[in-house]
Amino acid sequence: MSAVSLPWPKQLSHRPLWVAVIWLALLAAPYWMPLAGGYTALGTRVLVFGLAAMSLNFLLGFTGVLSFGHAAYFGLGAYGTGLVLKFLAPSTPLALVLGMLLGGVAGALLGALIVRRRGVYFAMVTIAFGQVFYYIAFRWHSVTGGDDGLRGFHRQPVDLGFATIDIVNNTIAFYYFVLGCFAVAVGVMAFLLRSPFGRTLLAIRENERRARYLGIPIEQHIWLAFVVSCLFMALAGGLDALLNNFADPHEIHYSRSGDLVIMAVMGGMRSFWGPLLGAAIFVVLEDYVSSLTQNWMSFIGLLFVVVVLLFPRGFLGFLQQERKV
Amino acid sequence: MSFLRVDSVAKTFGSLIALRDVSLAVEPGELRAIIGPNGAGKTTFFNLLSGFFVPSAGTIAFDGRDVTRLPAHRRVSLGMARTFQVTEVFPELTVRENVLIAVEVAAGHRLSPWLGRSVRATLRGRVDEVLALAGLGHKAGRPVGELAHGDQRAAEIAMALALRPRLLLLDEPTAGMGDQETYEITRLIRRLHQDAKLTIVLIEHDMRVVFHLADRITVLDQGRVLAEGTPTEIAANEAVQAAYLGKAA
Ligand SMILES: Nc1ncnc2c1ncn2[C@@H]1O[C@H](COP(=O)(O)OP(=O)(O)OP(=O)(O)O)[C@@H](O)[C@H]1O
Ligand SMILES: [Mg+2]
Repeated sequence: MSAVSLPWPKQLSHRPLWVAVIWLALLAAPYWMPLAGGYTALGTRVLVFGLAAMSLNFLLGFTGVLSFGHAAYFGLGAYGTGLVLKFLAPSTPLALVLGMLLGGVAGALLGALIVRRRGVYFAMVTIAFGQVFYYIAFRWHSVTGGDDGLRGFHRQPVDLGFATIDIVNNTIAFYYFVLGCFAVAVGVMAFLLRSPFGRTLLAIRENERRARYLGIPIEQHIWLAFVVSCLFMALAGGLDALLNNFADPHEIHYSRSGDLVIMAVMGGMRSFWGPLLGAAIFVVLEDYVSSLTQNWMSFIGLLFVVVVLLFPRGFLGFLQQERKV
Repeated sequence: MSFLRVDSVAKTFGSLIALRDVSLAVEPGELRAIIGPNGAGKTTFFNLLSGFFVPSAGTIAFDGRDVTRLPAHRRVSLGMARTFQVTEVFPELTVRENVLIAVEVAAGHRLSPWLGRSVRATLRGRVDEVLALAGLGHKAGRPVGELAHGDQRAAEIAMALALRPRLLLLDEPTAGMGDQETYEITRLIRRLHQDAKLTIVLIEHDMRVVFHLADRITVLDQGRVLAEGTPTEIAANEAVQAAYLGKAA
C-alpha cells in the first residue's frame, strides 16, 4: 500500500495498454477503416456518437443518474452550430462553441428544475423536457426548417492563424478535426472524474445517503455533472451538424436518447471507454444492417438484450474482467 | 449552554406519532447512550438531529446554534457526523477510497478539480491516520462491499471520523456483530471518547456496551423520554425495568 499517488477509483485506473490501443486505433482509423470495408465519414460518426455516449455516461455510469432526454442537448448543439453558421458568422469554432453553450445553458436551467427528482421520475422529466425541444425543432419551421431539418449551412475551413485546415472537402482532415475535439472533451471528463469532485460523483452513485452525510450537497453536485454532460453532448451534436451540413429533428426525438443509453450500457457503463465501443458497434451496425433490412432496430434491440443478459457489465466491462483473472 | 440541546421535539408520520415532547441536553465530551425497545423512536430521533427530517415541533441547537431546519450537509460541516443502523458505505470503492472521499470533503475540496502535491500528501496522511485508528490499515485496498460485516461497520465509523466531527452520532454500531467484533468496536468508541474527548451519542441495544461506555443514559419508550440518568440510576429505575429491561430479560 505504498501508493505513490492517490488511489483512483478502480474503474478509472489506467490500463495504459488499453488506452494506448484505443488511441492508436482512433488515430489510424482513416487508414485501416477502408480496408475493413468502412469509410472515413463512418469513422467520424463513430467519434461523434462515441462522444455523445461517453458524455451521457458521465452522468449515468459515474454519477448514477439516468437521463432519458439527452438527445435534446445533442440537438441543441446541432441546431445551435447550424444556426450560427447559417445566420451569424462563417466560423466553425465559433459555431461549435456557441452550440455547446446553448446546450450547456439549457442543461443548467432545466437541470436546476429536475435535480431533486430521482430514478424513474428523473428519467421521465428528462424525457418530457427533451420532447419539448423536439416539438420546437419540428414546429418552428421558419428558423429550424421543421420536419425537413436545418439546411443551408456548411462547415468552414479552420483558420489556425499560421495555417488553414481544409475540413470542407478533405474528409480525412475533418476526421482529425473531430478527433481533436473528441480528445479535448474526453480528456476533460477523465480529468474531472479523477479529481476530488469526480470522487464525490462516484460517492453519489454508490450511496446517495452516505454521500449526503459526508457533507456533500447532492443536488448541487448532480447539477454540475448534468451540466458537464450536457455541454459535451451539445459538442457532439455540433460536430454531427458539421459532419452532415444538416441538423436533423429526428436526432432530438426521445427514441434517440434511448439509442444513446443503449450505446452506453452495451459498451459498459462502468468503464470510461465502454460507451465508445457501444457507439462504434451501434453506428457500424446501423450502417450495414439498415442497408440490408428495414428492421434494423429490432436487430439492435435483440443484440442489446443478448448483451445485457450475457455481459451485464457491457462488452468492455466483460473484456476487462477477463483480463483481471 | 449545552453542546447539543434538544427542546420538546416531536415527529409524526401521518397519524403515527413517532416522537413526542423529547428534550435532551448533552455536555461537551459526554458519551450519551440512547436505549429503548424496538420502534421507540431512537432512529427517528437521530434523523431529526442529523437533518434527515425536520421535526414537527420543537428545536435543536448544536454548539449554541439553532440547526432545526438546517440541511443535512450543512450540519455535517458544522461538525455533526453520523452512522446508520444499516451500514451505509460505498461498496464498490475500496476502504481507502471511502475514507479518502470523506477526508477530501471535510478539507473543503468537494468541488476541487485538482489538488497540489503537498495538499495530496497531507490528505493521504490523514487517510492513513483514520485507517489506523479504525484498525483497517491492512484492508485498505479492498472494496468495502467485500469485507465482513464488522469491518464494514468499522469502515463506516472511519468515514464519520474522517470528517473530524465534534459530535458523533452512532446508530447501533454493534448491530449484527459477534462478541469479538463488538469488543473491538466498543474499544474504538471508548478510545474516541476518552483519548480524543469526542462528544458521542450512541443508540445501542447491547446492554454490556451501554453500561461499559455511557456517562449518561436516556431511555426512550413509545416516542417519549421514559427516564434519564447515570447507568446506576437507570439500572435501578423501576419504570425502565418494567418497560424495557424487564422485557429484554
Ligand atoms: N420514514 C418513516 N415513515 C413512516 N414511519 C416511520 C418512518 N421512520 C420510522 N417510522 C416509524 O416510527 C417509529 C419509530 O421508529 P424508529 O426507527 O425510530 O425506532 P427505533 O427506536 O430506532 O427502533 P429499532 O430499535 O428497531 O431500530 C416506528 O413505528 C416506525 O415504523
Ligand atoms: Mg433504530
